[in-house]
Amino acid sequence: MTAMHPETISVERAPVQRSRGHAANVLRRLLRNPVAMIAATVILLLILMAVFAPWLMPQDPFATSMLKRLKPIGTEGLPLGSDELGRDLLSRLILGARLSLFMGIAPVIIAFVIGSAIGIFAGYVGGWANSLIMRCIDVLYAFPSVLLAIALSGALGAGIVNALVSLTVVFIPQIARIAESVTTGVRRSDYVDAARASGASALLIVRRHVLGNVIGPIFVYATGLISVSMILASGLSFLGLGVKPPEPEWGLMLNTLRTAIYTQPWVAALPGVMIFITSVSFNMLADGLRSAMEVKQ
Amino acid sequence: MNPTPQVLPKDRRDLGGPRQPLLIVRDLKKHFPLKKTGFGLRRERLAVRAVDGVSFEILKGETLGVVGESGCGKSTTARLLMQLTAQDSGELVFDGQALGAGLSLREYRRQTQMVFQDSYSSLNPRMTIEDSIAFGPTVHGVSRREALARAHDLLARVGLEPARFAGRYPHELSGGQRQRVNIARALALEPRLIILDESVSALDKSVEAQVLNLLQDLKQDFGLTYLFISHDLGVVRYVSDRVLVMYLGEVVEVGEAEALFERPLHPYTEALLRSMPSTDPLKRTEQAPLAGDPPNPIDPPSGCRFHTRCAYAQPVCAERAPRFHEALPGHAVACLRHEPESGYDRRLIPVQEVAHV
Repeated sequence: MTAMHPETISVERAPVQRSRGHAANVLRRLLRNPVAMIAATVILLLILMAVFAPWLMPQDPFATSMLKRLKPIGTEGLPLGSDELGRDLLSRLILGARLSLFMGIAPVIIAFVIGSAIGIFAGYVGGWANSLIMRCIDVLYAFPSVLLAIALSGALGAGIVNALVSLTVVFIPQIARIAESVTTGVRRSDYVDAARASGASALLIVRRHVLGNVIGPIFVYATGLISVSMILASGLSFLGLGVKPPEPEWGLMLNTLRTAIYTQPWVAALPGVMIFITSVSFNMLADGLRSAMEVKQ
Repeated sequence: MNPTPQVLPKDRRDLGGPRQPLLIVRDLKKHFPLKKTGFGLRRERLAVRAVDGVSFEILKGETLGVVGESGCGKSTTARLLMQLTAQDSGELVFDGQALGAGLSLREYRRQTQMVFQDSYSSLNPRMTIEDSIAFGPTVHGVSRREALARAHDLLARVGLEPARFAGRYPHELSGGQRQRVNIARALALEPRLIILDESVSALDKSVEAQVLNLLQDLKQDFGLTYLFISHDLGVVRYVSDRVLVMYLGEVVEVGEAEALFERPLHPYTEALLRSMPSTDPLKRTEQAPLAGDPPNPIDPPSGCRFHTRCAYAQPVCAERAPRFHEALPGHAVACLRHEPESGYDRRLIPVQEVAHV
């Protein structure tokens, strides 16, 4: 194949000007979005809080005290009050970030990998294989996610791992559907046809031409699911299907404190406030990512 | 790089010699099935007969222009030739080797490349220009380093300074520049046949002229053969050696470009040519050359498919399908008017037309 212009290979070259890649452009636009940056900062702080929880907790989150039950916010030694067993709520909220964030992020990551693989395969192959896979996915998708999560968790039994599995199963169809529709669009584009015309195998085309163009939208969608996952996980814990007491988790804390809603409403609402802040932050970040990626190029 | 066109050494891959057509297309058919209608016994299988028995040859070193209205099957033919769509039936013979028999699809695709109409959607937006061009050769086992070096050479060859453009992304280029990149990508595999599917149609007139000139130069330098699909008759006349006219999934006329444009044999070709706007105000078109839309390709008219819109149609045209035959040397047509003993009464031809026939 080199016979055509052997003499041109040795042409002296000027250094090639490089353009910023897509990822760098998205990051640059994201950095200029104040709302997304605030959300990212909050998420970063929450993650740091979860990681360094043992050093940040002012007191033992498991130490109960009958004397200090349901103290209001601002009590000496109990800056955010105490729960129904007299445990320091601040310490429990800090430690609870670990499980709550884990239950929010882990199912989405696993579902992202599996769902994308299913969706991209179905979208690229098309035809009857696509119909078969997607109709199976639709069966799962037809269930309301809360109901499906509760049903699966209930069937599998209480526990963190089972809650994780059921949440993952809830999110796979949603991510697979997005992946399939984005891939179907890319599959029809001329650059995929051009790659096919060059004689490349399907696997190579997916790797070099499809993946880079579909992963962005799927990622944005998955980021938005983190807040849903957190709320669902809290719901499962609330129902006694996820984390078991005395382990602190925001959903579970909300559950056990709900009896105190009339005596200490502000204290009882605090775990809910944490869930709210976290899920709103993830949603804001997902919105920021979406608009940073959607810029018409 | 190579400012003067060089005399190419005979292509090593040339098997059949200069008289062997580079590509023979035999009875190519592609019907796209539609949703079925009706139930039970009344259930019908409908299909759009996009390409319905197309046969032609592309000669070595020529530019074969393909014209026809939108929806006549030009683009489907291009996709069938590139094997991006599988044909229902029909055969492709590349330089004497039948595709699938003597020639593998992979090897065929190395020798046949395509440039698409939409310069933007035919480039991967996440890939730099050099990576897009180098992709094809790496698929065929060229090292990445060498493929990139070749990509830079080709960029220079199509008039884009490699240092400025190689590391850029498609959205940073203009339409004309992108189409040059697409041409470079097609050339990267060193093909012998390039299918140009409306490749210059979306460009500004001035840019279009530049790209056409570039294509002519490249054809000389690389010893290429073009299949040039366009709805722009003026451009087709300018670039083509021979022209093929399609109507409703069929070839209706093939001939030398000059002969076909000066003396069209098929009434459809005649009508198409009359639809070309003239720059001479004295030659302005007085009447609409072609009335109405083309008939439905799901249920094409009986006999000659053009009879519903033909100015010369006679009852026999609705009954008998014309045979595609060589009416004049090197000039073939599918029309009963030119078919001996077809039952077409030539005495009824309008007087001014007799001189032509």
